[in-house]
Amino acid sequence: MKETISFTLNGRPTRLEVDGGRTLLWVLRTELGLTGTKFGCGEGFCGACTVIIGKEAVRSCQVTMSEVAGKQVMTIEGLAQGGKLHPLQEQFVEHDALQCGYCTPGMILTAYALLLQNPHPSREEIIRGMDDNLCRCGAHKRIVEAIQGASQGK
Amino acid sequence: MANEDIDQPESGVTDSRWHLNRRDFLKLVGGGIVVFFTVGDWLLSPAEAQRGRPYPTDPNAYLRIDKDGKITVFTGKIEMGQGVMTSLAQMAAEELDVALESIHMIMGDTDLCPWDMGTFGSMTTRFFGPALRAAAASARSILLDLAAERLQVSRDKLQVENGVVSVAGNRPRQVSYGQLALGKQIAHQLEGGTQLTPVQDFKVMGKATRRLDALDKVTGQALYAGDIRLPDMLYAKVLRPPAHGAGLTSVDTSAAEKRPGVRVVKDGDLIAVLHRDPEEAAAALQSIKAQYDVPAAEVDNATIFDYLVKVAPPAEQQDVRGDLAAGEKAARWLVKQRYLDGYVAHAPMETHTALVAPENGRLTIWASTQTPFPTQDQIAKVLGMPPEKIRVMTPFVGGGFGGKSAGRQTEEAARLAVLTGKPVQVTWSRAEEFFYDTFRPAAVVDIHSGVDAAGRICLWDYTVYFAGSRGSEQYYDVPNNLVKVRGEWMGGTTSAHPFAVGPWRAPGANTNTFARESQIDIMAARVGVDPLEFRLDNTTDARMLRVLRAAAKRFGWKPAVAPSGRGWGIACGIDAGTYIATMAAVAADKQSGKVQVRRIVCAQDMGIVVNPEGATLQMESCLTMGLGYALSEDIRFQGGRILDENFDTYELPRFSTLPQIETVLVENDELSPQGGGEPAIIGMGAVVANAIFDAIGARPCQLPMTPQRVREAVAKG
Repeated sequence: MKETISFTLNGRPTRLEVDGGRTLLWVLRTELGLTGTKFGCGEGFCGACTVIIGKEAVRSCQVTMSEVAGKQVMTIEGLAQGGKLHPLQEQFVEHDALQCGYCTPGMILTAYALLLQNPHPSREEIIRGMDDNLCRCGAHKRIVEAIQGASQGK
Repeated sequence: MANEDIDQPESGVTDSRWHLNRRDFLKLVGGGIVVFFTVGDWLLSPAEAQRGRPYPTDPNAYLRIDKDGKITVFTGKIEMGQGVMTSLAQMAAEELDVALESIHMIMGDTDLCPWDMGTFGSMTTRFFGPALRAAAASARSILLDLAAERLQVSRDKLQVENGVVSVAGNRPRQVSYGQLALGKQIAHQLEGGTQLTPVQDFKVMGKATRRLDALDKVTGQALYAGDIRLPDMLYAKVLRPPAHGAGLTSVDTSAAEKRPGVRVVKDGDLIAVLHRDPEEAAAALQSIKAQYDVPAAEVDNATIFDYLVKVAPPAEQQDVRGDLAAGEKAARWLVKQRYLDGYVAHAPMETHTALVAPENGRLTIWASTQTPFPTQDQIAKVLGMPPEKIRVMTPFVGGGFGGKSAGRQTEEAARLAVLTGKPVQVTWSRAEEFFYDTFRPAAVVDIHSGVDAAGRICLWDYTVYFAGSRGSEQYYDVPNNLVKVRGEWMGGTTSAHPFAVGPWRAPGANTNTFARESQIDIMAARVGVDPLEFRLDNTTDARMLRVLRAAAKRFGWKPAVAPSGRGWGIACGIDAGTYIATMAAVAADKQSGKVQVRRIVCAQDMGIVVNPEGATLQMESCLTMGLGYALSEDIRFQGGRILDENFDTYELPRFSTLPQIETVLVENDELSPQGGGEPAIIGMGAVVANAIFDAIGARPCQLPMTPQRVREAVAKG
């Protein structure tokens, strides 16, 4: 059933007439044209669709629009501020921490939430924090290094 | 990729087969200086010529220099993560003496790029690369001629820097490439004999270079096929059978038809629901009631291997040397062993996706594919349309690994687009991706081998079922040798596998290397020799000796007879012209069977290294991905029913799987660039198997080496 849902998206107040049962993932990708959030598995196993809600990394394929009402949502498109890359984005570029790039938005946003909670994680903490995000190209080593780089303020 | 800055032809004169005269050709691509060339002319050796044979002799790719100095490279190759967008741009920049930033890449667009068979087999750099370099060098030569005329000096007095030609010793007398190209319409067919920049003069090639696509990919701006949006587009979900080989007996779509905005299409074997909202289309699909006849399962994970051996086609014999009976007689130690390898999925993070837009009798297609031109042909055939009325564009591809050569999703979207008259996007669910994947085939290898009293391999009797010949070639010095290949990886006999199989990163070579290098270690242990020493003693191949020594040096290998308890392993091999030697340190637990790889060192000789950073990335990628088929990836099935539908049961390597990875590029500037996207993956099964044996004295001979299989190997002793 259609309802009016208001939330903050990438810092901007947003109001949508939308079925509250639709998932955030597909509303972002269709209604809102924010295709940086990727569909990978549809069941929360891969992390390609990760966005930030509040301060948490969340699988947008597992979140309905009703659950988003009143919340602060950030997608990969909202991470760079005023044309300046976020340190995590800079470090992913710097370390070549990507190949096909499809898992990259989810990786960066999962790492973003990890660093909010723990600004200086150890290698083991990074591995634990990122373990449920899948990358098929095998960029794991570089991703860990990029997150370490960002956490050290490089 | 991006095509916004291409001058579109005014009239629709596009013959995508490139049987164009030069005037049409220039009209199509705009003015400036255009060089086109034929890849087939530029193969470097007879061996390479043989592997590159599928390339046609039509003009095959080209580059253009614009009046603003911008250089555009057009190629039918695609970027799926392997980094060729960057390495091809480097090659063009090197030969043209321009900055990397001034190169623009247009990839995988059948209207703008000349024909290409597809992106696979680690062939882009090896076969397309030399031709592109020659085209760029040839363009530079044309520009120098023009500059000599313009500046009124002889060519040998000119120097080039960053796309500006100046007179040596009188720099202000200069002219830019853009000024030279202004108002020119020059089409040049490359004819050979072009001098390429020697390695010692490289300014762009050979330098660690960051990916040109990185910025788009970290900001979410990079577009994949599923990210393209068109007005009025519909999302389609297609009705699927529960098993391969199942036949539809009845279907009731009435509930779906009642849902608002849903369009149901039934066209022969294709039953689909379409909606403006992809989730509503998925919900409508769920409401369809369908019944199928599912044939009884004849094989499953456990029985498939005996079945494959039973149905295998006759052997193709290779590497026939000496006399096997004599070899057996000369042997002091004989080892007979069977190796098994299961089905493995490609599982790219982006599922198969295509968007097809019909307009005025033409189709425009955005597809996630490794093969845009074959896809164009495929769609033309299915729809009975001339290929030139179909344009396939390839945005970024979210992983391929050999699995995005078949174009089933594009076919579905194209049929639905024609039937509805609307742009239609098909994005497979993860379950569909597993169901229709062209798996790496299950395979069996039997080896009977012997070692003489001097520690030399004297017998090698090798039979491979269904993995094919790639990676089965013998590089140990064995006087009595026979390799029998029964069934290539495409299947050999069509009925052998209960579902589709196909190329998977280094097709066949993973299975063959697992078997051969495990067998070598078994022999070394039997003889009582350190496994590195045993290899060094049994081959005289200089490139192999070099990579083995390079890996050993970095790893800090110290000789010991396995099982030493250290958990060290070694494996080597050749793939796509590249040599690799890999060493690993693992921790293996006898009780639980759990294996954790702690460290991997891989040394690789790939000839001239175009982009050391890209080559290193590809090696790391191979080593990480290879841990999956070594330890956990195994498609479970019953007949045509695929039991793995998502990543909860099909286990990819994760961050917690990640060992310390070290790579070594062994310098070999005598040799043209060889393959880089596949070779380093081939040793992962054997290196881990050998390290497990070294750790606990038990050897799994079946991939993947799951905890259960390790426990079984321990129980066997």
